[in-house]
Amino acid sequence: MARVVETPTAPEVELRPTPPIEMRRAVRLGLSGGAAAVLVAATGMVATFQPRMVIDPIVPLGVLFLYLVVFGFGWMAAQPPATLEGFAAPVIGLRNVVVGALTGLLSGLGLGLLLVLMTVFDLRGVFIELSPELVEILGFGYPVGAAVVLTAVVAAAVGALGGAVHLLPVRLRHSLMPALIWVIFFSLLTDLFGQLFTGLSLDFMVDLLYTSRGGALTIVGAVIVFVVFFVVYWFLGGREKGLRETVQSMPKDQRMRWQVGLAAVVLVVLYFIPQLMGPFVSQILVTAGIYLLMALGLNIVVGYAGLLDLGYVAFFAVGAYAGAILTSPQSPALSPELALVAALPFVMIAAAFAGIVVATPVIRMRGDYLAIVTLGFGEIARILLNSEWLAPYFGGAQGITNIPDLQIGPFSFSTPQDYFYPVFLFVLLAAYITLAVQKSRWGRAWMAMREDESVAEAMGVNIVTAKLSAFVVGAILASFGGALFGSQIGSVFPHSFDIVVSITILVIIIVGGMGSVPGVTLGALVLIVLPNLLREFSEYQFLFYGVLLIAMMLKRPEGFIPSKRRAQELHSEELAQDAWLEIYGEKGQPETVPEGAA
Amino acid sequence: MTQAATVDARPVRRVSRITPVSIFLWGLRIAALAVILYGSFLSISSGRLSASQWRDLIVFGVSTGSVYALIALGYTMVYGVLRFINFAHGEVFMVGAMMAFYVANGLSTTSLWANNPIVSLLIVLLAAMITSTTVAVVVERIAYRPLRGAPRLIPLITSIGASFTIQYLVRGLVGPSTKAFPRMEPLRGTFELGGFVILRSQVVVIVAALTMMLLLYLFVEKTRTGKSMRAVSEDAETAALMGIDVDRTIVKVFAVGGAMAGVAGALWGLVFPSLNFFSGFLPGIKAFTSAVLGGIGNIVGAMLGGVSLGIFESVGPSLVLAGYEIPAFSQLKDVVAYSALVLVLIFRPTGILGERLAQERG
Amino acid sequence: MKTKRGLKLLALLAVLTLVIAACGGGEGGEDETTTTAGTEEPTTTAGEEEPTTTAGEEEPMEPGELGVVEVGAGENVKIGSLQAISGDVASLGTDQVRATEIAIADFGDIQGHAVELAFNEDDTCGAEGGQAGATRIIADPQVVAVIGTSCSGAGVPASNVITSAGRVLISGSNTSPVLTSDLVGNEGPEHHPGYFRTAHNDAIQGAAAAQFVFDELGLTSVATVNDGDPYTQGLTSAFEASFEELGGTIAISTAVTADQTDMRPVLTEIAAAGAELIFFPIFQPAGDFLAEQALEVAGLEETILMGADGLLSDTYVVLPQTENMYFSGPQTPQGPAYDEFVGKYEAEYGEAPIQSFHAHAYDATLMVLTAISNVAQADGDNLVIDLQAVRDELHSMTYDGLTGSLSCDEFGDCASPNIDIVQNTEAEADIAAVRANVQATYSASDLGF
Repeated sequence: MARVVETPTAPEVELRPTPPIEMRRAVRLGLSGGAAAVLVAATGMVATFQPRMVIDPIVPLGVLFLYLVVFGFGWMAAQPPATLEGFAAPVIGLRNVVVGALTGLLSGLGLGLLLVLMTVFDLRGVFIELSPELVEILGFGYPVGAAVVLTAVVAAAVGALGGAVHLLPVRLRHSLMPALIWVIFFSLLTDLFGQLFTGLSLDFMVDLLYTSRGGALTIVGAVIVFVVFFVVYWFLGGREKGLRETVQSMPKDQRMRWQVGLAAVVLVVLYFIPQLMGPFVSQILVTAGIYLLMALGLNIVVGYAGLLDLGYVAFFAVGAYAGAILTSPQSPALSPELALVAALPFVMIAAAFAGIVVATPVIRMRGDYLAIVTLGFGEIARILLNSEWLAPYFGGAQGITNIPDLQIGPFSFSTPQDYFYPVFLFVLLAAYITLAVQKSRWGRAWMAMREDESVAEAMGVNIVTAKLSAFVVGAILASFGGALFGSQIGSVFPHSFDIVVSITILVIIIVGGMGSVPGVTLGALVLIVLPNLLREFSEYQFLFYGVLLIAMMLKRPEGFIPSKRRAQELHSEELAQDAWLEIYGEKGQPETVPEGAA
Repeated sequence: MTQAATVDARPVRRVSRITPVSIFLWGLRIAALAVILYGSFLSISSGRLSASQWRDLIVFGVSTGSVYALIALGYTMVYGVLRFINFAHGEVFMVGAMMAFYVANGLSTTSLWANNPIVSLLIVLLAAMITSTTVAVVVERIAYRPLRGAPRLIPLITSIGASFTIQYLVRGLVGPSTKAFPRMEPLRGTFELGGFVILRSQVVVIVAALTMMLLLYLFVEKTRTGKSMRAVSEDAETAALMGIDVDRTIVKVFAVGGAMAGVAGALWGLVFPSLNFFSGFLPGIKAFTSAVLGGIGNIVGAMLGGVSLGIFESVGPSLVLAGYEIPAFSQLKDVVAYSALVLVLIFRPTGILGERLAQERG
Repeated sequence: MKTKRGLKLLALLAVLTLVIAACGGGEGGEDETTTTAGTEEPTTTAGEEEPTTTAGEEEPMEPGELGVVEVGAGENVKIGSLQAISGDVASLGTDQVRATEIAIADFGDIQGHAVELAFNEDDTCGAEGGQAGATRIIADPQVVAVIGTSCSGAGVPASNVITSAGRVLISGSNTSPVLTSDLVGNEGPEHHPGYFRTAHNDAIQGAAAAQFVFDELGLTSVATVNDGDPYTQGLTSAFEASFEELGGTIAISTAVTADQTDMRPVLTEIAAAGAELIFFPIFQPAGDFLAEQALEVAGLEETILMGADGLLSDTYVVLPQTENMYFSGPQTPQGPAYDEFVGKYEAEYGEAPIQSFHAHAYDATLMVLTAISNVAQADGDNLVIDLQAVRDELHSMTYDGLTGSLSCDEFGDCASPNIDIVQNTEAEADIAAVRANVQATYSASDLGF
């Protein structure tokens, strides 16, 4: 008897209807939203941001930010549940809007409660930001009763808007939201764009879009930006994935030509950026570049070799001080006054030595012990560099100053614009090492060790050399960053090398995407460049860091631009669901349903 | 066949591997011991400090260490059940201390403060405990529970994020200025204890810490909740099979750890009466170091580690470094503390009281 | 194979970058003018090219023509401010920014052109902040002078960046000798022409404190405690040098960290060393703990406590443990002019001046504006300001300010400072009362400078 092998076609599966969004969840989110909004107001963010206009003269940043939070909660509450195995696609309709409105209303009531409390009691003895000015801002200038009602209504409306976003067809949503984000971007980064336009001799753009150089967007400007980006995203809408797939499916040499072409374009752009952007932005880019260099180094230690090093700043310090001692005439004990280029090999040796010193005691240690011990080493390094005991060698609290500028042959680098190029060069070097290592024997040994040490050892990996080499490579890359840092600023002080630096670099690689160079680059841009450009936020920078970290780890732990493998590891369940959906369900696109059917 | 099974009496040969690493580590151990002993010898024989001053240093170390120990308990308990380092625990402590400050500040204007210091202190303590517990539980619910089962690095990063968030939320709410605790008159002054003099505030701290630790130990060993905590920390899946509600147990672990941190916060205010939003960071790291020092996952170990760390910090520079005539040796107390950690872990890789989880490699 | 291609690509990129860097970055640090006209170039109006330097040379520029700033018709004369306005030391910077604003309002305009505070940057009391803020300010070629920085650590890179761009940097609170000189003729390693300050030099304050302890209090054995910060460490070094020169002994020279809470081990060591006085020119909250725990440590019952201007704030002197403490600091100005200034300060900002250097910042601003006003020349409706002339004017002029008569020596120290030693005789909530309770005053000449 012939056995008929059935090819898998969509079988007759009875799909259960997806339960509608629970109101209880909306209530919970509403209360959380209220708490969040109250916290935003009570920590002073609203008052601090308020003077800054996003769109002059109608949209101040403080209130916008506050209601963006409410909007976010409404959006979250109204989010349709994921299409699960065995269930039909969820229906989206009025219920989403109502849920959003409910969440918004509760948040607004939370704010209203705060308003009432502020008016009745003077809480400034404990909560310093609850001032009458805040009451003015939150209540839009109205007396308490009217203000509470107004706040609740506005918040409900905003929440409803958040819910309504889900009703929009996908293409519209994917054009509308990014365009709005770009408007905010253009407004907040007014210095950056102003500088860019001026650098490109497009001064008329500055006058058109902004009220003044460094000022807010005008209404006309906001509309222009919005329309431009809306149109761009609309047309890209269908084609985004297509472009990538087209490129990947091209024959080898054609793809190679594309990539070289792209690389050349990138290079040209990067060459002109320091010229265009002026010294201030170049300075920020140099700092970001140095952090990126170190992040690539830490990426090898943590990402490839799985060694959680919380004291990475020690290697940064070694590089900076080694460079300083060897080049500066101010160095207390030893003052050979070499050029930095000549000193680099010695800096590398010092870093390698430091790497070995740190690695050897921790060879036998397990993950968490390793973390705290390396953290300890980082602190030890800083304290010793600051100590009076070693001041005859390292300058103590006074540091080492008078570090000369970088010289390569007859060329001298002194301004931030100049330093951009050597920093970029080193970043390229680090990227090269990262990619080369990934596929090499060393890299495979590290990754095997990361996955399971005992098994790796059984397979013949020498754990000792693997760990030592990981630390040494990481240390050398960090030391490059340190030497450049010292040369660029011209002096090194111990308090620049504290634990926050180690943590920042760790956050960059995790949030950016561990193991992927573009990811780490994006991480450095977001975590270093943005805070420096957005000056109002500097007081709350670490608060945003913290919230960003928590949000990223909950939603997207693999980072912004992850390495594919890691994304797969972390989302294996979801990918399995998606695979099921491909075969059995609709293509994951929930349809909108007419009103009343929700 | 009922024949007594005779075990072949061939002795088991221990295969010892002498590797370069093991030689190096042994060399390190010997060198460290030599440095410490010689330095101590020089310090003591120079007679720079009198016997009562050495005693004072030890007592200072014990009292600071008791506070570290209380905070370390939270770290070690969470690590025991969830196997990750809760960076936010230092901020839980700070929040408790902040609440203690505001309550104490408020109470100090009333007559209760002067007339009935014990009751006032208890109120402050209670307020701090409740606040810390709440924050700990909220953080668990928001940030850690969704990440059960994720690779270890992820909750760690989340806890770093939670730490920053709490710090800067508090900074935004109450401002960056340093708060000064009101004085508690009965706690000033000294006790005479067996011939030597000790500060009253330190006695209170040590006694309170010891009491809380004892209570915690009894709680974990004798009560049902404690038993379920131990079960979950041993093997969560099996515990679930045995009918233990793992989620609730974990919440209780965080709550108890938070409560301990709250007590530590209130006591901190007694001993170090100035506080700001950043005050939790360093004690948090020290406490975590203590937990690792004593053997992470082990409650008695956390207590021991805390007190040891306090003593290392307090006595170490004067004992070991001063002998070598290092200038400004007191500046290096953190170096001593962290070096002590490294050395302890080299001698005993799982901490003073830690279980030997991994096979020792020659 | 993906790897090989990737690597080849990167190698290509690296080589290209090297080439570009050599061409682009190599023209002696000149701000590239290859871009289209209209780029904001900080050197176009200032006109200064940085010549290529040979390795190891300290001063990258020769004195000479620094160029001019042209202020067009109807435009403002721009100055900038670079102070520590955030973090723990925010009071130090904020105080001085406010003083600068009052000074600008008081000065009026320069030959019909208003004066504008175009930048209010944060130096974060550190090198990176000083560098970043300075870079930002000089990106605007119209800025003539900068008032700042707050902390000497930030002053080191800032003075380099700003003076290299031809502008003037004048500080109301930098005190480190490194930035000017050691007052006996040796140039400080981080001195750059174009840097000035109206605050005292640490060498003076250290000497004043030492002299007070030795002469007035008659003590010969002192312990010093710093907190690892460049300022406090510099001050204790200066104190120690002077004290030993006078014939005293330093019983123990030690340090704590700024976030340290347990001072008792350090204090035990100090007690063991037998010090009669502890000089700890540190900040809060470390100062709080030190003073309080000193009362509790055996052996320190008779020991006298002395701090410096870092602790002269009303949140410190109100603490009971600070009773009878001495403090050294710059002399509080007196007289009707100062009272008038304080009146304006309180009216505008709702509180009394916070820290010790507001008057110095006020004087610094006015001094610079006077200098600019003296050298500015009208050219039709425009105003032409020669940058080198501003520097020369500052070196040659004598200015009578709130803090005394200011005239700048060749290394930029403009103050002839008086140091007051004050005492907190009871826990006053009033910092002004403490500042007025002067036990001794030392001028620079008293101390042999």
